[in-house]
Amino acid sequence: MYKILLKQDLVPNIHLFKVAAPAVAKKAQPGQFVVIRIDEKGERIPLTIADWDEGEGSVTIVFMEVGTTTHKLALLQTGDFITDFIGPLGLPTHIDEFGTVVCVAGGFAVATIMPIARAMRAKGNQVISIMGARNKELLFWEEELRRVSDQLIVTTDDGSYARKGLVTEPLKELLEGDGKVDRVIAIGPSIMMKFCSKTTEPFGVKTVVSLNPIMVDGTGMCGCCRVSVGGETKFACVDGPDFDGHQVDWDLLFARQRIYLDEEKCSFEQWQSQSGILK
Amino acid sequence: MPKLNLNREPMPRQDPKIRSKNFNEVALGYSAEQAQAEANRCIQCPKRSCTEGCPVEVDIPGFINAIREGDMPEAVKLLKDKNSLPGICGRVCPQETQCEATCSLAKKDAPIAIGRLERFVADWERANMQSASSLPAQPAPSGKQVAVVGSGPAGLTAAADLVKLGHSVTIFEALHVAGGVLMYGIPEFRLPKDIVQAEVDYVASLGVKVELDSVIGKLVTLDELLNNDYHAVFLGTGAGLPMFLNIPGENLNGIYSANEFLTRVNLMKAYRFPEYDTPVKVGRKVAVIGGGNVAMDSARCALRLGADEVYIVYRRSEVELPARREEVENAQEEGIEFKLLTNPKRMLGNEQNWVVGMECYEMELGEPDDSGRRRPIVKEGSEFIIDVDVVIVALGTTPNPLIASTTDGLETTRWGTVVADEETGKTVKSQVWAGGDIVTGAATVISAMGAGKRAAASIDEYLRG
Ligand SMILES: Cc1cc2nc3c(=O)[nH]c(=O)nc-3n(C[C@H](O)[C@H](O)[C@H](O)COP(=O)(O)OP(=O)(O)OC[C@H]3O[C@@H](n4cnc5c(N)ncnc54)[C@H](O)[C@@H]3O)c2cc1C
Ligand code: FES
Repeated sequence: MYKILLKQDLVPNIHLFKVAAPAVAKKAQPGQFVVIRIDEKGERIPLTIADWDEGEGSVTIVFMEVGTTTHKLALLQTGDFITDFIGPLGLPTHIDEFGTVVCVAGGFAVATIMPIARAMRAKGNQVISIMGARNKELLFWEEELRRVSDQLIVTTDDGSYARKGLVTEPLKELLEGDGKVDRVIAIGPSIMMKFCSKTTEPFGVKTVVSLNPIMVDGTGMCGCCRVSVGGETKFACVDGPDFDGHQVDWDLLFARQRIYLDEEKCSFEQWQSQSGILK
Repeated sequence: MPKLNLNREPMPRQDPKIRSKNFNEVALGYSAEQAQAEANRCIQCPKRSCTEGCPVEVDIPGFINAIREGDMPEAVKLLKDKNSLPGICGRVCPQETQCEATCSLAKKDAPIAIGRLERFVADWERANMQSASSLPAQPAPSGKQVAVVGSGPAGLTAAADLVKLGHSVTIFEALHVAGGVLMYGIPEFRLPKDIVQAEVDYVASLGVKVELDSVIGKLVTLDELLNNDYHAVFLGTGAGLPMFLNIPGENLNGIYSANEFLTRVNLMKAYRFPEYDTPVKVGRKVAVIGGGNVAMDSARCALRLGADEVYIVYRRSEVELPARREEVENAQEEGIEFKLLTNPKRMLGNEQNWVVGMECYEMELGEPDDSGRRRPIVKEGSEFIIDVDVVIVALGTTPNPLIASTTDGLETTRWGTVVADEETGKTVKSQVWAGGDIVTGAATVISAMGAGKRAAASIDEYLRG
């Protein structure tokens, strides 16, 4: 059992948990993830590690309410327990001295990109971060990301805050501008990662994305997480989750993410009716 | 000499029509009378050839004699002396190629049903004895610590033997449950999970510490275990990496590795979705590719989930099917259709990326290959299409490279198995032993247990040396 040391509601449907997991905290690196299972009947889902504190023995995760599991998770409070918390899994993000690195975060992935931006900067890179959300209500950690970046650009789809538009627009401007961009890290919804990759492709700038296919074990034993990269099948949980965005077969990823749409709907409806939560 | 009784007591089983719709155990187990009658058939021959056929050398004539004399606690004691997991072995061991093959009555085609009797004793113990009463006396502590990586039959056996010898033992298991393939692979209807859990609990009650959710190679490396407190490590991480066909269309939705399908169904209990949160696609027409036990288990799970038609697609003929005869018969009785001498060429999908068909070749058998089985050859121009909406690939597994790739100085073969001495389980890396599927590739529960036992003996010798 893993204790939730702190719960924070970042925005109405995005939450942060600081979880007591000293062994995981000792080993965690930017870009890695954990697999969690809430309770005895729960499914195993992957969540990216947003932060860790070896001294405190804690690992921070940030998640958005989408299906049954994340809604159930959102009901837990400080002091509650998560049954299983397994990690750190996956290969860490490749951190090196590249020069100028643009970190693009869509939606709640601002939490995931934080440790990467921080590590890139600590390595001596100039870090330009772009964060985007649908609207002002869904934005969080602007100041936190600014602190670990040399420059920060914020966008909202509806223009309710900062620059109106998608993250790909400032990304394109940076690529077209005078300064050289040596590497792009794009993390967020799959569709956003795809379009970031499409944006950078003509410029030939290496673009690393963090894929989020459905997973079960997260250790390479089931193949549920298979993705196609450069025409080769890879298991995202052990060969990734980071891959070259220009090589990813995005359509396959989108299709495989939809495998259980019907079942997810059924599960969610049943959970809602049982728990009396009707939205 | 009394007359030989050549009538094996049949195993009562659920009716095929009923059992193909539920996940309850198929074989129901002997009654006390049946067990008595079967035990009475044993001629207690002095050769004890059955024990020689047992990879862990259980005193088979001894425990059978105890059943005969009605001394069940003695039967339990004799059985558990060599085998910590009798309820499991009695259910899933291939006795027909081991103890029952070497039984003196095998020549008359009527070997004693040793596996069924073993199961009877184990089930009797669970129902009638406090587990504490069968615990061996506490050994004197040796002051040595051993880490066992993986909690399948190899790891559980090594851990149980080592703790009984006075060492302090911790098992590290990657999954959230201990038991390995016994929990995530072999289905409930063949091996009920509460039986596995009871036997895992027994090993824990001996004093073994079990750390779940611990992926060695990620959370801690093997070298870190050796540097921090552990005097020896036993690797029993199995062969958990699924093989695929590498044919076009294999990543379509609806195509599973057997590992994924069985993990969802057995470990995550998807057959009770949505009560349990993990879903699995229930196909209408399901093709399972492969002919081993894993393929039979997958097919029978798919049927129980509610598929209309389930096919086993295998490239050789019936005689070459690697699955246990009994499991093939069970599958056939339940209505699984065997498409033999058939091999997939590619998977066909619709616009939503769902598998809808499987293009296959007809095959014929040529000369024997290295494995001694006749080589399957494609019949040119024989392609035909099978309609399917779920495909399960059960072609076998190889060891997961996670540990070997994060450890200095372990030797692996080109199949990814770890090189270890057959007699002792010793690897080329000092203080490290290995056994079970990680060394042999996918094999059997009992061979993994045998390897765990031999390694425990060797580790004990090293620690005391
Ligand atoms: C579906 C199926 C049906 C089968 N049916 C039969 C049968 O009827 N009879 C029979 O005799 N055999 C059968 N087998 C084979 C048998 O189950 C195996 O040979 C046996 O379980 C191997 O035991 P093991 O201890 O070597 O490994 P496993 O049982 O594979 O256990 C290995 C354990 O190690 C864990 N692990 C792996 N990597 C790590 C890591 N890095 N850190 C920590 N833990 C790790 C795994 O999660 C797992 O729990 C079957 C196998 C399958 C898949
Ligand atoms: S999640 Fe099972 S192999 Fe990646």
